[in-house]
Amino acid sequence: MNQMTEEGYVTEDGRTIGGKLMEMKHISLRFGGVKAITDISFDIREGEIRAIIGPNGAGKSSMLNVVSGFYVPQEGEVWFRGEKRPQMRPYEVARQGIARTFQNIALFEGMSVLDNVMTGRLTHMQTGIAAQALWKGKAEREEVENREFVEKIIDFLEIQAIRKTPVANLPYGMKKRVELARALAAEPKLLLLDEPMAGMNVEEKEDMSRFVLDVNDEFGTTIALIEHDMGVVMDLSDRVVVMDYGKKIGDGTPDEVRNNQDVIDAYLGVSHD
Amino acid sequence: MPEQVLWGMEVFLNGLMAGVLYALVALGFVLIFKASGIFNFSQGVMALFAALTLVGIMEGQVPFSHLINAALGTDVHHFGWHVPAFAAILLTMGVMVLLAWAVNQFIFRHLVGQEPIILFMATIGLAYFLEGFGDIMWGSDIKKLDVGLPQGINGMIDEVTYNIFGYGFFIDNLDIWATVIAALLVIVLTIYSQYSKQGRALRAVADDHQAALSVGISLKFIWVLVWSIAGFVALVAGIMWGTKSGVQFSLSLIALKALPVLMLGGFTSIPGAIVGGLIIGVGEKLFEFLVGSMIGGATENWFAYVLALIFLVFRPQGLFGEKIIERV
Ligand SMILES: Nc1ncnc2c1ncn2[C@@H]1O[C@H](COP(=O)(O)OP(=O)(O)O)[C@@H](O)[C@H]1O
Ligand SMILES: [Mg+2]
Repeated sequence: MNQMTEEGYVTEDGRTIGGKLMEMKHISLRFGGVKAITDISFDIREGEIRAIIGPNGAGKSSMLNVVSGFYVPQEGEVWFRGEKRPQMRPYEVARQGIARTFQNIALFEGMSVLDNVMTGRLTHMQTGIAAQALWKGKAEREEVENREFVEKIIDFLEIQAIRKTPVANLPYGMKKRVELARALAAEPKLLLLDEPMAGMNVEEKEDMSRFVLDVNDEFGTTIALIEHDMGVVMDLSDRVVVMDYGKKIGDGTPDEVRNNQDVIDAYLGVSHD
Repeated sequence: MPEQVLWGMEVFLNGLMAGVLYALVALGFVLIFKASGIFNFSQGVMALFAALTLVGIMEGQVPFSHLINAALGTDVHHFGWHVPAFAAILLTMGVMVLLAWAVNQFIFRHLVGQEPIILFMATIGLAYFLEGFGDIMWGSDIKKLDVGLPQGINGMIDEVTYNIFGYGFFIDNLDIWATVIAALLVIVLTIYSQYSKQGRALRAVADDHQAALSVGISLKFIWVLVWSIAGFVALVAGIMWGTKSGVQFSLSLIALKALPVLMLGGFTSIPGAIVGGLIIGVGEKLFEFLVGSMIGGATENWFAYVLALIFLVFRPQGLFGEKIIERV
């Protein structure tokens, strides 16, 4: 990485990264006596792929949940697009343009793949209840437009063949992909992925890695992802935050992080799957 | 054709019509249960409350007049005006939306994530509260409700069946209307839930709260919406029952018949509520007609429950319910 400034930087592969899209300032989060996050600060730059890594229980998911509004930290500030974010409910965060997937997949199991992905468009649908009942034309046009966009996403992620399949009937790897499709359908400013490749076989991991890169490349979406697999992280991400026991022990490019003694210790000291 | 068979056919048809009303109340249960996992014991009382409110508004009754008079020593009962049925129905719907908001704001918002049994108990509390509240607001006397729906024997059916069978069927016009309106209601609700933005959000919330939040759905909005829709269904049921047998407390008891209807149809299925309602309606009327006199009558009080019990043993998920498979 060359010079890092307020305005951004240029990555090793020559992509131009912008200013701070999101900034976490001194975040602390406790559950009763458990300190899930202790005084962590980091930023996510416009257009970059940012990874959060660390051993199990390090607080990675908790951090993603703070970003997406599912957890409310006891201390710290969240800044988004240059403004301090007031405390928000998760649905309000989603409406701000932050989409996410879950470590344990949260899909609408009873709906088809297409319907699931369509729910991702809800934040883009304006027509209210009354208008929907009285002014069918507008609602219909809106539905058609959104449907077209969703079909694009479905093509992009190569899930045309299972469009009409009920999600409950899909294998695990496919569910992960549908969840990504739903998040993408929202055209998010910031995409949060909690272990998108966990539990996948090598081939599925390669597909998913390719999709993550393509999303970033084609839509310019800023991505923050949690990943266990060091190899994957090194390939995908521009910068990495390393967490251990709720603390930040490293932050930098994959190379910098890999050579950081604290990080090496944390990873050697804890057994992995 | 022998007279007995003709009577049987007439009983069958009347049973279908009664079943429509059971189905309407059951539909209210299903809507809330699907969307929030709450088994709303107060659905019947909501129908009663809606009907009371409708009559009160139409008649220009002063709400809480008893309280007001006791507190202020006045003697007011009526505003002295009458509100046309259509406007009164709209106003009542407004009251039901307010009720939906209040129920969510003061009760269920505080019970998110609680065990189903706790939510259920809360709705029992709500049922009794609402019953008393309706009482204080509008008084406890039996009221006549007339929103202009035609009542009495349908002359055409009487005539046609007389010409064919030599015996005129007695079918009440009100029952025919109830059937048509219920059918319309179900069609509208189905289309709304399948194809509208809110319908999709509603199904999403019913399926997974976390996922729903993550795509920007406000659970609070959806819950108020669902309770409002249930309030609307209650209003329709209240109008039908109230027109038929007067607006009175027993209305909320009849609504309990929705329980066996749900056991038959499945708690999560809209078609199930309809079919279950019709089966119970027809079943209890036919049973009373065929067997009632032999075993001392009044079988309508228990037939539905026993039928549901037998059904439970063989198909616990109901006719249309999702199959319950234990995950191991
Ligand atoms: N909702 C919760 N309630 C209580 N404790 C929690 C909750 N979420 C996370 N924790 C705790 O916070 C710590 C960090 O967990 P998590 O963020 O899931 O770690 P990671 O994703 O890095 O594996 C763990 O000790 C976990 O038990
Ligand atoms: Mg995690």
